[in-house]
Order: sequence, then C-alpha cells, then structure tokens
Amino acid sequence: MLYLQVILNGLVLGGIYACIAVGFSLVWGVLNVINIMHGSLIVLGSYVAYTAHAAFGISPFVSILFIAPAFFLLGYLIELVLINRIVTAPVLLTLTLTFGLDLILINGMLVGFSADFKRLTLDPPLGTLSVGGLALPVDRLVAMVLAIALTGLLYLILSRSRIGRAISAVRMDREAAMLMGVNVNHVNSVTFGFGTMMAGVAGALLAMIFPIYPLLGYTYLGKAFVICVLGGLGSIPGALLGGIVLGEVESFGAIWFGPEHAVTVSFALLILVLLFRPEGLLGRKGFA
Amino acid sequence: MKRDILIGLGLLVLLVIISAVSGPYLLRLSTIVLMYIVLALSWNFIGGMAGYPSFATAAFFGLGAYTGAVVQTSGGSMYVAWCAAALMTAVVSGFLGWVLLRLRGHYFAIASFALVEVFRVLTNSMTDITGGGMGLNLPVPQLASVHAQAVFFFYAMLGLAIVTFAVTLAVSHSKLGFGLRCIQQNEPAADILGIKTTLHKVVAFILSASFVAVAGAVYASWVYYIEPPDVFDIMYSIKPIVMVLLGGAGTVFGPIIGAVLYLSLEEIVWRNLLQVNTGALGVLIVLLVLYLPRGFLSLKFKRLRKKVTT
Repeated sequence: MLYLQVILNGLVLGGIYACIAVGFSLVWGVLNVINIMHGSLIVLGSYVAYTAHAAFGISPFVSILFIAPAFFLLGYLIELVLINRIVTAPVLLTLTLTFGLDLILINGMLVGFSADFKRLTLDPPLGTLSVGGLALPVDRLVAMVLAIALTGLLYLILSRSRIGRAISAVRMDREAAMLMGVNVNHVNSVTFGFGTMMAGVAGALLAMIFPIYPLLGYTYLGKAFVICVLGGLGSIPGALLGGIVLGEVESFGAIWFGPEHAVTVSFALLILVLLFRPEGLLGRKGFA
Repeated sequence: MKRDILIGLGLLVLLVIISAVSGPYLLRLSTIVLMYIVLALSWNFIGGMAGYPSFATAAFFGLGAYTGAVVQTSGGSMYVAWCAAALMTAVVSGFLGWVLLRLRGHYFAIASFALVEVFRVLTNSMTDITGGGMGLNLPVPQLASVHAQAVFFFYAMLGLAIVTFAVTLAVSHSKLGFGLRCIQQNEPAADILGIKTTLHKVVAFILSASFVAVAGAVYASWVYYIEPPDVFDIMYSIKPIVMVLLGGAGTVFGPIIGAVLYLSLEEIVWRNLLQVNTGALGVLIVLLVLYLPRGFLSLKFKRLRKKVTT
C-alpha cells in the first residue's frame, strides 16, 4: 500500500515536471540553446498568477488564458531581439547570455515581489480525494491533468500545424530546412515563444502547489535538465516520460535515502544517463 | 614568451608596490583580485584553451576549502592543509574528468553544473566531517596583528597567482597548450592527427581544478569560517567565466585583465547599486556577449591590425 501511494505521488509529480521541462527541451532541441532563464520564467509565471489571484481574485485556471499569449509574446521578443543575434555562436556564449538575462530577471523579481515566500491558496481549498486508502491532493491532481493536457496540445500543434512541422524540420536538420525554404529565424523565435509560454503556464499551475520565491527558478531548472536528458532533446513524449521517471525516482529516493538526498539521486541519475545513453531513454531524432 | 614574462614581472612589481603602500581596504581588495585571477586563469585551461564550457569551478573551490578546513580543524598546519586540498582535488578532478570529459558541449556544461550542486548537498549531509549546514570554524591564524594577517594572506594569494600564471605560460607555449587549442578547434580532427585528446583534456581539467582548490583552501584559512552555500556558490563558477570573456578567452593575459576589470567595475559601480547589483552584472554579461564576445584583448588587436594594414 505504501509503495502504491509512493508510485501515485511520483506519477502526479511527474506530470507536473513534464510541463516544466517540455518548453526547455523544445528550445534546446530546436535552437541548440540551453535556456538558463527557463526556471526563472516559470517563477515569473507563478508571480503573475499569484498577483492576479491576490489583487483581482482571478483563479489561476482563468489567468493561464492570458498568461499563455503574454508569455508567448515575451519569449518571441526576447529571441528576436537578443538570442537570435548569437544563436549559432559556441555553447559558452549562448549559455552565458541566457545566464545574464536570468540574473536580470531574478533581480527584477526580487525588487518587484520581494524575497518573501508567497503562497497562492485557493478559496475554498480543493481538499484531498481518497480512493481505497490512497490519498490524492486535488490541487496537484488538477494541475497534473492540466499540465498533461497542455503538453498534449503542444504536441498536436507541433505535429499537425504548418509552423509546427517547420519547427520539427529545423530540429531535425537546420541546413536542410533552410534549403527547403523554411524561415529559420522565424521558427527560432516562435519556438522560443512556445518554450516561454509553457514556462509561464507551468508557473501558474505550480503556484497552487509550491511556495513562490525569486530564487526558486534554479530548482526548476535543475529538474528540467534532468528530465531533458532522461527523455531526449526536443521530444515531447520524451519529456513526459522523463518527467514521470524523475517523479518516481524522487518519490522512491525520498523513502529509501531520505528526502534530503533527492537532488543527489536525481543528479546521479542524470550523469549516469548522460554517460551511457546520451540520446535519452526514448532517444530517436526527428519526432515532434 | 620573453615578452609575456616581462609583462608578468611588471604586473608583479606593480602589485607589490600597491600592497606596500595601501591601507586595509585596498589590501583586502587586491587579495580578492588575486584570488579571482587564480580562478580565471584556472578556468582558462579547460574553458579558454580546450573550449570545454566548465561550470565546475565552484565545486572544486568548495572541495579545496573543505579539504583544507577539515585538515586544519583536525590539527594540521595551514601549509599541510593547502597541499592536501591540491592533492585531494587533483585526484577527484582527475577521476571526474576522465568520466565527464566524454561529454561535449551542452551536456558537459550541464554535468559540470550538476557537480556543484551534488558537492554542496553531499557536504551539507556529511555532518560528522564537515559540520553540515552549521559550517566549520577554522583556527584563527596566530600572527602578530590583524594587519600582519592581511599582508600574509595577500602574499599567499600572490604566490598562488604567480604559480598559476607561470603554469599557464608554460602550458600555453608547450605541446599541451597546442593540443588543447587543436581540441577546441576540431576535436575529431585533433584525434585523427594523433593528439591524445582524452589525456589532454583530463590534464587540463586537473590543472583547472587544483589551483582553484588551493585558492579555496587559502580562502578558508583567511576567513576562518566556511559553510556550504558560501564556498559552493555557483557565482564562483560564473564570475571567472565572465572575467575570461571580458579579457579574452584562451590568451595568457586575458584572464588577468578580465579579473582586474571585473572587480574594478564591481567595486565602482555595484556598491552604488545595492538593490540591483545582480541585475547590473546580468546587463554587463549580456552586453559583453553581444558586443565583445572575444574580449577586451581582441579590441586592441583589431585596432593594431588596422594600423598595420592602412
């Protein structure tokens, strides 16, 4: 029974983790840029949802409707104005650039929202569902379902729409896509926009579960790294699988080694997968 | 090579003069500058010469600081502690390098990022050896006065910086440095041409870790209290990279110029911008990457070349 509960916790956590990682993975896979800002963008999404709820009483389920387009636009502009200028430069430069942007964003959030821990509490609280002795917090469950639904939506966009197919094409082979007449610069910006959008939405959902503070971004970023490497780059099913694997590993790691070792366990897993299966668990290229 | 040594000697004389005439503030500041010069020069081995984006500097800084601190608290002298830090880190980094340097580009960057976090968490959880989150108190150095202490650690960092610089100079003009630059430009090609790429990279990684570790150990003796979030601060990984980029990656003097420039900027600009000092650092990084990606030294050379051609 304990193990069943642990597996269930891991699954719920995993669905949410997938939503954290999917945008990061998409940007990395398509632009070949590690977006260090991703974690902080999630936190920014949390703050926007928190503010909307605290100041105007808008539930996060509603506020994601305007967070999504606003964050898409934000990401599109960041890519267009800044990242696009050095998108083909060596790894170190792109990484350092997004790190610099991340510092600016974190500092902005510190000034704007202060370093206090904030928490979005729904009124009335959604409570806990219990099914045959298993406890299920409803807020987490709803967040997971929404996270997975959004991930699925992104998957549909990527596999069905014209721009989605262009994104997949660039991910598979940048030069070939260029030769086929794909506007790679536009695709880059749109992809970064999608990545930022997923970060903002994930942030709004996470605001209901975890306390918010400006430096939280690094925790999310670490998870996104691990999930990406587990699932393989730019692959949405991979991110889903990676998220669930990480969720399970953290749940079991917490009961076997103690919760303080969750980070060590997940990073050890990261390094092992990097060494033995660098293409990820689902590892095949060119899959939306 | 001769010219490089001469410029290095000039810098050295300048530093000694500064330390002789300056008050406690400037002395402390120049000690920090020297520490960052060591960090930047060290990162230059793996990041600048071999082109591997390592974020592990903070991990080895912390490892060195803690190794030194543990040796000192269990009764070893300061010098024994510093040597132990170098030795321990050389072994650990040799092993880790042998494992991690199979990864390239982003993957290596991430793995080295993860290293800092793992080291920090491990140090935090090994309470019986490291004191965990409570940190470690080191014995206070027995010297005549506070000023004598400051002077002592200034010369300790200066000595370390000189050694690091000398090794940089030697490596840069040796076959090892040549091999590392080949690896940066095209690793498979370097491999085919008979450069032992793995060996080269591991040696560069060990070099880049060992001096950092000694700097960490000296730092620990200097401030005589350390705790995990202090010495495993990811900023110890980031700042040297910014400094090297500021000065010019892969060059001998770039890291030194970068460290001096960076810390001058930090002292002049950011202490007036307390609220937004990380933001200001971010802006500097963004501008640097977008407009001066090859560093301060590239500016000068560009102008020189123009002069020659016109």
